[in-house]
Amino acid sequence: MTHAQLRAQFPILEQTLADHPLCYLDTAATSQKPQCVLDAMTAYYQQDNANVHRAAHSLSARATQGYEAVRDKLQRFIKANRREEIIFTHGTTEAINLVANGLSNQLQPGDLILLDGAAHHANIVPWQMLAERCGARIKPIPLTQDCRLDEAAFDALLALKPKIVALGHVSNALGIVNPLQSLIKRAKAAGALTLVDGAQAVAHMPVDVTQLDCDFYAFSGHKMYGPTGVGVLYGRYEVLDSLTPLLTGGEMIKTVSFEATEFGALPNRLEAGTPPIAEVIGLGAAIDFLNSLPRAELQAQEQALLQHLQQQLSSIEGVHLYGAHADNLGAVAFNLADEHHQDVGILLDQQGVAVRCGHHCAMPLMQSLGLKGCCRASLGIYSNEADIARFIQALKQVKDLLL
Amino acid sequence: MSSTPPPDATFLAPLASKAEILALFAQAPDWQEKYRQLMLLGKRFPVLANEFRVEAAQVRGCESNAWLYHRQLAGKHYFLADSDARIVKGLIGLLLAANQGLSTAEIAAFDADAYFNTLGLGGQLSPSRTNGLYALARAIKACAAAEAAGD
Repeated sequence: MTHAQLRAQFPILEQTLADHPLCYLDTAATSQKPQCVLDAMTAYYQQDNANVHRAAHSLSARATQGYEAVRDKLQRFIKANRREEIIFTHGTTEAINLVANGLSNQLQPGDLILLDGAAHHANIVPWQMLAERCGARIKPIPLTQDCRLDEAAFDALLALKPKIVALGHVSNALGIVNPLQSLIKRAKAAGALTLVDGAQAVAHMPVDVTQLDCDFYAFSGHKMYGPTGVGVLYGRYEVLDSLTPLLTGGEMIKTVSFEATEFGALPNRLEAGTPPIAEVIGLGAAIDFLNSLPRAELQAQEQALLQHLQQQLSSIEGVHLYGAHADNLGAVAFNLADEHHQDVGILLDQQGVAVRCGHHCAMPLMQSLGLKGCCRASLGIYSNEADIARFIQALKQVKDLLL
Repeated sequence: MSSTPPPDATFLAPLASKAEILALFAQAPDWQEKYRQLMLLGKRFPVLANEFRVEAAQVRGCESNAWLYHRQLAGKHYFLADSDARIVKGLIGLLLAANQGLSTAEIAAFDADAYFNTLGLGGQLSPSRTNGLYALARAIKACAAAEAAGD
């Protein structure tokens, strides 16, 4: 399959905006969906729609089978040991909340929680709420001058014996990849539970949770060519099983009387209520799609494209890049001279270029960079050199207008 | 609104007229010229001193920072606003120019959608945009209505 054929599977990309062909460089916010994902969800509603895990009828059996088959796919996709270690959520945010809420009974006043200095708000706020409930303390892991996690400072913080270490796999704002293997090993040696926000990683690189040896790994379907409204929490079985359920109700119980309730077993125990079934089916199609592709080859292409983008951007005088390393994944953050990121975004939009402008749900990171915000261009499997050329040309036009 | 608003005189600084703006935008041959005019317009509007760029005056729903002050003088409404983004300031200027010195009834009757559509900038006035223009348009109407109700 040529890259043009791959790109042609994303029908949304073939449109024009105000006479400009759409140049979609906002995949880090949400990826576009291939036709096969849309087809799978339509087919589910047309042929198999029923509630899962309940009725004795054939449709429900078929829906349940389809739903549970995606759990098996996910287990293989991230190399989990057991299928029960895969919990469907509505997204990364819910997955992290599920853990942070679930640990409420396991923390003591004064316990320490370490947070990634480049974290997305979804990997900050749930921990702050947990800390408030338990009287625990939060400490951010500082970043170095070049925006990487400060490993010396990390080791110093680990000496304080934190109970939880929450890290990002790939920074959503900057695209910087954390050296997770080593960070997790050190955090575990210090006795901490580890959670990884993998929202920006799964679409761009193979993830092996067994090799990473993290306790929790959270990600979203919609950033990996699947639908919105579905995400995944991976948890090492013993730790996952110790979580107090965030949501209670139907599906998650063994027995209920008006006096008492006995919870069911994993994974259902953490999946109360009717799950987003069609979205799970769509996510399954997205995994099939990714598995059908030469991922290593595509990852190398995407990496080369990102480096090309970084080079092209830095060749424009007045453009500042933030933490733009050759080994970053998927995204590049920049500002144009002292111009406001929103002005740049408005003028790029006039030319059909979609980038994200703002604080990228990472206000503490922006503060540490001394920025009100910045623009972020991000890539997907469908991005090509023509996108980069169009974007660079559009940005030069913006520069002519603003400077 | 802040407890110490800017002096009345700053509210009365002459702004571009609505007629002038409509003419300028009607003549703009392409989007580049429209946005160039927007930025030039923004430059002609008063700059809000730092001491007035306070949270209490901030317009919500805006990715950039925007501040709005309102005054009623001799039965007419006057607005003073600024933004730390230049195009946003121009967009704000368009709204202010169209509402400056109007009566309560005139502001209530002002159709921001039609106005921005005529200027060829209809897409910017949407609740789903983060430029704050929609919030500002609502705030202008709300200020005028609240002041009138308080009279």
